[in-house]
Amino acid sequence: MHDMSAHAVHHGAPTSFIRKHIFSLDHKVIGKQYYALALVAVVVGMVLSWLMRLHLGFANFAIPGLHLLSKNGAPGDIMTPEYYLQLMTMHGTIMVFFVLTTAPFAAFGNFFLPIQTGAEDMPFPHFNMMSFWVTFTGFLFLVASFFVSDGPTLGGWTQYAPLSAVGAVSGPGQGTGVVLWAFSIAFFCVGQLFGSLNFITTTLDMRCKGMSLMRLPLSAWAWFITSIMGLTAFAVLMPAVILLILDHVAGTSFFVSSNLVINDQVLPHSGGSTLLWQHLFWFFGHPEVYIAIIPGMGIVSHILITNMRRPMLSHRVLIYSMGALAVLSYMVYGHHMFVSGMNPVSSLAFSFPTLVITIPSTIIVLIWLGSLYGSKLRINTASLFGLGFISMFISGGVSGFFLAQPSIDILLHATYFVVGHFHLVMAVAAIFGIFGGTYFWFPKMTGRMMNESLGKLHFWLTFVGAYLIFMPFHYLGIAGNVRRYQAFVDDYLIPLIPVHKFITVAALATGAVQLIFIYNLIYSRFWGAPAPDNPWQGTSLEWSTATPPPHNNFGDKMPVVYHDPYQYSVEGASSDFIMQTSPEPVHSADEEK
Amino acid sequence: MATVVHEPPKMDVDRLPSQGSGNGGWRNLVPASGGLRKVQDASPPPASTGIWVALASITMTFAAFTSALVVRQGGAPDWQHMTLPPILYLNTVVIIGSSFTLEIARRRIAAFMGGLHEHADKPLRWLYITLSLGLLFVAGQILAWRELVSQGLRFATNISYSFFYVLTIAHALHVSGGLGGLVRVISKFNNRTLKRSTLDATSRYWHFMGVLWVYLLVLLWMKL
Repeated sequence: MHDMSAHAVHHGAPTSFIRKHIFSLDHKVIGKQYYALALVAVVVGMVLSWLMRLHLGFANFAIPGLHLLSKNGAPGDIMTPEYYLQLMTMHGTIMVFFVLTTAPFAAFGNFFLPIQTGAEDMPFPHFNMMSFWVTFTGFLFLVASFFVSDGPTLGGWTQYAPLSAVGAVSGPGQGTGVVLWAFSIAFFCVGQLFGSLNFITTTLDMRCKGMSLMRLPLSAWAWFITSIMGLTAFAVLMPAVILLILDHVAGTSFFVSSNLVINDQVLPHSGGSTLLWQHLFWFFGHPEVYIAIIPGMGIVSHILITNMRRPMLSHRVLIYSMGALAVLSYMVYGHHMFVSGMNPVSSLAFSFPTLVITIPSTIIVLIWLGSLYGSKLRINTASLFGLGFISMFISGGVSGFFLAQPSIDILLHATYFVVGHFHLVMAVAAIFGIFGGTYFWFPKMTGRMMNESLGKLHFWLTFVGAYLIFMPFHYLGIAGNVRRYQAFVDDYLIPLIPVHKFITVAALATGAVQLIFIYNLIYSRFWGAPAPDNPWQGTSLEWSTATPPPHNNFGDKMPVVYHDPYQYSVEGASSDFIMQTSPEPVHSADEEK
Repeated sequence: MATVVHEPPKMDVDRLPSQGSGNGGWRNLVPASGGLRKVQDASPPPASTGIWVALASITMTFAAFTSALVVRQGGAPDWQHMTLPPILYLNTVVIIGSSFTLEIARRRIAAFMGGLHEHADKPLRWLYITLSLGLLFVAGQILAWRELVSQGLRFATNISYSFFYVLTIAHALHVSGGLGGLVRVISKFNNRTLKRSTLDATSRYWHFMGVLWVYLLVLLWMKL
């Protein structure tokens, strides 16, 4: 039997192809596997959004070949209303779980957390390997639902009960589709629990000599905080989806109330609570959006510090603020349920922490802006995406102030205003964090540099494109355009159709721009310029080892850490930066406190 | 570029298990003055921390189930409180007993590892007794389910039975994981590769399963 708890150093370098590249125990390979999974998932998710946008912008638009994906869902290549909702559900689920959680947290975290802490690997490498393959299985289950008879579920990524729990009677995809969806999410939860177990233990127990907690880079802190959230949030989502599956396959009544009539059928369930699902789901769901964004905050801080050549105004306050976001994220989940029929007093109770959570967010943003002010920022693709992240986070965050208040939310709930809000603050911002991390760490991960000119072109087109897509959503929402409609036939919606056409064109163009990134990624992987060990003159541990890092990360010598992570522009030093592993003394009031 | 200084790897395969993995860690602060010589290198082995992390996650899962039960029991009039099968009380004695037998084995092995005794005093016998009691517990749970099913009381009969099956099956699956851990401890002990941290982590998990079972029994027994 394999030794799950054995120290990572006990597994030697693999020799066979399968152990090296497929069932690998090496956190770096697992990180790359997660990245590849996220890349495949984001392409699928983006194509789904194109299909939806074409349908919304140009009513009854025949999309050539769509009937091949689903005969019933797209007869004559024109999407049915139900199929629109099915694609929307899959877009949301794939993006939230398999892209926004997978890439910034599982992919980059797996690759760089052990290196930044000075460890040879994660402490439980077998669990780590299982973590990826269980997640991958979850992805297969989700994709498989495209190919079952009535297609994937149409219930939205939130799968509100009772329609998600009663089976095929409530629409196409609500039978097998929901069960596959729920199994997919259950697998995903198991994978993330294994991952979080490793991340937390690595941070607490595997740090090298001299690496105190406060000497960890901000990216490592972000992954650590996120893994604590993952451990608690996914542990709640999993029982919720188990109960959902049981309502389907065992005929239980956890979420389905009595005497429910759907499509002229009286359902046999009794006494279930539809609100129970919402409570369980959003107790996971709100921390989940912070699980998606906090790694981006850490990655972007790490990138910007390296390019500003000076640390953030306060390392500690930034860490504490990320921690405050994590704690508060569990107290605000009810703001998703302001219009659910919940007691109005509860709305008030959830509104208050929702407004309070803007404080640590604002502190983080002010630290970024204050640190950037007056700095001689090195402009490269990674730092541009860092700036882009901050821009998106602010733009999307500001609309959060409005939505946090129940009286305004009642008006804006389930409109495109909300869609614009969360796409900017959570989705696009996190994607910018992923792009920034990719351009910054690609040299270390692959040993080759990415093309900077293509990278900058990619940034500017994506930056402008993202605003062109998502800013008009706010206008649509204020004009009363309800989300999840597949066609706009009401009098008050017809004048808004040109805006939808504009968004569709912007989405198609911005999506096409991503081909530049894919090309850059593939071309640079094989033919890019060889990368030096420390191309950005960084100070943290990933830059003090070889490029790409050897199997046990640091070769035969383990690092010893002497400094805080960001010793840039230190007075009297021999160069403008002092690496964490350098014994060179730092005569600074801030050092070693 | 600043000089990069490395020290030899600190991993020491001959290191006694009680001294930890020797791989740096959370108490491993470099003091403000005095340099690296004063560094205390005493981080716990990862299994010791990892088991608490895992137990926190399991606690969250059962807390979610509990909150669902509380909401569901209080929210609808269709709750028919069930009478628990009597064999569950016997199972409770079995699982609590297994915690005692495991603790006996653990203490004997720990004393041997700590150098207090030259030979471990038949810990294997107690480990096998624990394993048998664990299997007996799972068998007892299966008997309880069969008894209910034979009376026509199935998953969907009433929501109280739904919760009974969900909670007991989820717990039994976790106990089965613990049985796997016990088998692993026995095999490692036989191969002389057992580490103290593995033994401690497994026994903490096992004790937790016992406590969790008592909690679930009370939760299912009482009418909220």
